Amino acid sequence: MSFELSEDMYREQIMDHFKNPRNHGELKNADVTHKESNPLCGDKMQMMLSIKDGKIQDLRFSGSGCAISQASASMLTEIVKGKSVNEIKEMTKEDIFEMVGIHLSVMRVKCAMLSLDTLKNAIKIHEKYGVK
Amino acid sequence: MNVEKIRGDFPILKRKVKGQQLVYLDNAATSQKPNQVIDAIHNYYRTYNANIHRGIHKLSEEATIAYEEAHEKVASLINASFPETIFTKGTSESLNMAAFILKDRISPGDEIVISQMEHHSNIVPWQIVAKEKKAKLKFLEVDKSGKLNPEKFSEVITKKTKVVSVVHMSNVLGVVNPIRQIADIAHENGAICITDAAQSVPQMSVDVKKLDVDMMAFSGHKMIGPTGTGVLYGKKELLEELPPFLTGGDMITEVSFEDAKWNKLPWKYEAGTPNIAGGIGLGAAVDYLKKIGMDNIENYEKKLSKKAAEILPTVEDLELHGSPDHKRSVFSFNLKGIHSHDVSSLLDDHGIAVRAGHHCAMPLMELLKLGSSVRASLYFYNTVEEIEKLAEALGKVRKVFA
Repeated sequence: MSFELSEDMYREQIMDHFKNPRNHGELKNADVTHKESNPLCGDKMQMMLSIKDGKIQDLRFSGSGCAISQASASMLTEIVKGKSVNEIKEMTKEDIFEMVGIHLSVMRVKCAMLSLDTLKNAIKIHEKYGVK
Repeated sequence: MNVEKIRGDFPILKRKVKGQQLVYLDNAATSQKPNQVIDAIHNYYRTYNANIHRGIHKLSEEATIAYEEAHEKVASLINASFPETIFTKGTSESLNMAAFILKDRISPGDEIVISQMEHHSNIVPWQIVAKEKKAKLKFLEVDKSGKLNPEKFSEVITKKTKVVSVVHMSNVLGVVNPIRQIADIAHENGAICITDAAQSVPQMSVDVKKLDVDMMAFSGHKMIGPTGTGVLYGKKELLEELPPFLTGGDMITEVSFEDAKWNKLPWKYEAGTPNIAGGIGLGAAVDYLKKIGMDNIENYEKKLSKKAAEILPTVEDLELHGSPDHKRSVFSFNLKGIHSHDVSSLLDDHGIAVRAGHHCAMPLMELLKLGSSVRASLYFYNTVEEIEKLAEALGKVRKVFA
């Protein structure tokens, strides 16, 4: 009998990003700041973006929550820096699964998705209301 | 009480999860079901499935008798009478029904009192009523040790209070509130007193006459009954005066083109074809609990809770919420620096099922300054060994995050 152990979700890479998050904190002169939460878990996520010529010039995230939500946010910020907002808008669940590289149990998918959802909505807000 | 024999009645407890023996500690969410309950539902569908109170045929007669007997059984469990025992789909529906049928007794400027440790289902219906009726929603405060302060009851409950609705046993802190005292103060002020007994009825002898509450809500599925079952108890004279909730089939005696007359209790509050199989299953659950004896269940639960209160704090970095000396069956905690969902995911590898999150009590969690917590909740089929397994597994969870 084979089964996926949850412990596999907490492999080195995830724990490294959780303990040493990249692009973490505040961004001075951000063009847009957006917060979302996952009320069911109590996970909180803030994304601060600086957007230039339709590209993510720089970004920072901050928040609190489970290792999966915080580590995936850290990984996401590394991937999207320099990308165009249009590319980010096209990103899907599958991209996140590939990024984290671990099997996520059904109940934990939304933890991993919180950062991308926050990022996409930050971009939407920026497009709708312009700068700051 | 022979726990080993009892465990033999619950087929799910033999199950393995991820290759490990299941340790089910999420009983405050829903309990497991014994063969006796599963068989009662099975038997109904296989041999006498029919609608109740309608058909003049053998199957309908048998179904009607079984469904009515289930009401009798539940009524006797809580020392109520048959007409006072309304079947619902759960505590949430019971509390929503209570709020709905009482709302026209509330006028602008009146007050509704609940506590800070309520489940969302005993907060939101009252928020809606308070907004609609321009009434004020007031709260009995929770102190640092996770208890209500009885000295404040008379300050908060006043002549302006029309309804007081307080949880009997907290689903987060495991504390049992002095409902009789609250009911007495409510009645002195002419208010209706309701209790949410979803966590207490499964664990102890609850007597509505001793508590002297006007209404009481609880769930069948937390007391080894089927999901989709619950109860609203209400004093007969009160329920007779109040308006109906849902209307239509089975809740009327006569309908003309202009008007309708309500059926007698409890059917006045059970419109439409009810959850007949569920109700019969709940009756079987009550038979099972009574056979063991609610006092035996309570004594065993107290012993088990005492053990858990000793064992869990020995886990390094474990912060137990609420003082352990008055905890009953519900243990809410966090491991320092590790989110409850991570703890729960990792416990799952050991076959251990606990709840993680805000337990549908977000205002209380905010008060306790907790985003979320892990909750282990016990029932009479749990053992000390299972609590030890939990403690041991929590030690291993810490190592993953070390």
